[in-house]
Amino acid sequence: MGVDRRKFLKLAGVSAALGLGGATGFQLLRPGALDAAERMPTPYQMIFPKEQGNTDVMPNPKRLKGRRWGMVIDMRKLTPAKARAAIEACDYYHNVPQIPGKQNIKWIWTAPYINVFPETENPWADPEIKNAQFIVMCNHCNNPPCVRVCPTKATFQREDGIVMMDMHRCIGCRFCMAGCPYGSRSFNFRDPRPFIKKEYLDYPTRSKGVVEKCTFCAERLAVGKLPYCAEVSGGAMVFGDVDDAGSELRQLLRKRYSIRRKPNLGTDPQVFYLV
Amino acid sequence: MLEKALSGSKLYWTWLIALLVVIAAGFGAYLVQYNKGLMITGMSRDVSWGFYIAQFTFLVGVAASAVMLVLPYYLHHYKTFGRITILGEFLAISAVIMCILFITVDLGKPSRILNVMLHPTPNSVLFWDMVVLNGYLIINLLAGWVTLEAERKNVPPPGWIKVIIYLSIPWAVSIHTVTAFLYAGLPGRGFWLTAIMAPRFLASAFAAGPAVLILLGYLVKKLTRFDAGKEAFETLAKIVCYAIILHIFFFLLEVFTVAYSAIPSHTSHLAYLYFGLHGHNMLVPWVWTALACGFTAIVLLVNPRTRQNPKILPFACVLVFICTWIDKGMAMIAGGFVPNPLHEITEYAPTALELMITFGVYATGILILTILYKVALGVKEEEEAV
Repeated sequence: MGVDRRKFLKLAGVSAALGLGGATGFQLLRPGALDAAERMPTPYQMIFPKEQGNTDVMPNPKRLKGRRWGMVIDMRKLTPAKARAAIEACDYYHNVPQIPGKQNIKWIWTAPYINVFPETENPWADPEIKNAQFIVMCNHCNNPPCVRVCPTKATFQREDGIVMMDMHRCIGCRFCMAGCPYGSRSFNFRDPRPFIKKEYLDYPTRSKGVVEKCTFCAERLAVGKLPYCAEVSGGAMVFGDVDDAGSELRQLLRKRYSIRRKPNLGTDPQVFYLV
Repeated sequence: MLEKALSGSKLYWTWLIALLVVIAAGFGAYLVQYNKGLMITGMSRDVSWGFYIAQFTFLVGVAASAVMLVLPYYLHHYKTFGRITILGEFLAISAVIMCILFITVDLGKPSRILNVMLHPTPNSVLFWDMVVLNGYLIINLLAGWVTLEAERKNVPPPGWIKVIIYLSIPWAVSIHTVTAFLYAGLPGRGFWLTAIMAPRFLASAFAAGPAVLILLGYLVKKLTRFDAGKEAFETLAKIVCYAIILHIFFFLLEVFTVAYSAIPSHTSHLAYLYFGLHGHNMLVPWVWTALACGFTAIVLLVNPRTRQNPKILPFACVLVFICTWIDKGMAMIAGGFVPNPLHEITEYAPTALELMITFGVYATGILILTILYKVALGVKEEEEAV
């Protein structure tokens, strides 16, 4: 016999250790057979192919499906009261701590035109626009620099375009904060829990030492609901699928003139402002 | 060979104990930071990297500068550097260890540091920085230790170490290039978004590193019987001279592009550093001090009479050190974050605890350097006694 029991077990052990069984082995032999949606496995994934967890979970049938999520902010409709409502809802339902001082945490906030759109100064522009408070949040860029620079893939882009954070993987190096050209990211310089006025128990709080930001309410989309800010903004914030020509969002973008923050940087931000 | 570090004069032991005291204080401060988080630093949402990352950047340069000894000796057979190459390599080892420590103390979740290896991400420059820094550490440990051991046994070093030593030359360039890429590839940071970042880093590194080596050489000469030799000092001084000129020249190139193009997202950072912005001018006196030191050093180093004067040369080296340290250790990082992407201004200054941790890391590096130098000089003394 060419392979005795001892040799076979040895081989089996080695190939199991190298992850050469099952799907990975198949993919190694036939690289073209990789699922189109799947990226090339990293050497780590080749050795330990089962970085599973989520794939076994049955998705909620009611979930919202989109190819590329985006947000339109209608500055004609956005009143200070609506902006405040959006911010308060987001802060409350995401346990965003209210930390005074320069080590604060912000997911969504307001800033004047000149800060939101620097280098587009026009001294004679409509004062109503210039003095308006614009809503600012993560732009969920199509080409996100934060994802590019993250050394652990703790921040990553989902297939539907949402730029997400894995709070359990983040090492707190803050490279993403240097990379983000919109100042959309916040770092937990301290334990945030004492600064949460009333904890919302259905959403996790964070610990010190990780970066966080707006998630386009991924947890709401998963159960078929719109982001909080869009829901409470009274139509001033419209959430939708940018890739769906029939969506309300696309209709608004067709009809009205919209601007984006720093489009010249090539990040392709997915938050649009109707002015 | 390590046993050489176990016997020394009273001064040697006092020095080690003093360093250990500083390390202990730094470690105590780090425990506070570990407990409370990075809130104890002066960093903020807007200035999210501070003193630690700045020191890391500066020390990568010091580490890379070992190549200024290795290259002339091994590629050009410049024998004068033969006796001191080991000092450069050992300086590189302690500098790289400090770099790794500074990165570690800067992390929000230091316990997860191995995630960088568990989830390797080639699109992140930080991943590559981890690769090149650790590689450089191993290369220099091997190159330094193996050649020193061969020297002690009075045999020629093994052939394979030559390969490692040659590899160390491009590798030294790589560590500072990759470190510059950490900054120079970020789309929204006008101050760093410049192709001259890596050459500028290398120029200031090749000024700062050899300047430190000259100072260490004088110190060693005073404390031990080991003398690097007049010619070695003079050649090193010439290297420092060219490098500091290049450093200032590259800086002026940057100033021209930024000022003449007058694009606000680029000018605002230089304006903040050199003149202050909207009344915020914390770093202004520092950066002008750096420039003044740099220009004075150039005058002293270009003139052969002052450069060759053993009383003036150390002074010029101190000026070079101050110039390059302020440039990288203070201005380079904070300057890139002020103003922030929304053109708002938050200034940064390190806190007392942050400084204690910084001193602790420096003391750790100096402790390692002391022990390595003790070993190297012990071997050389032994050899010369035979």
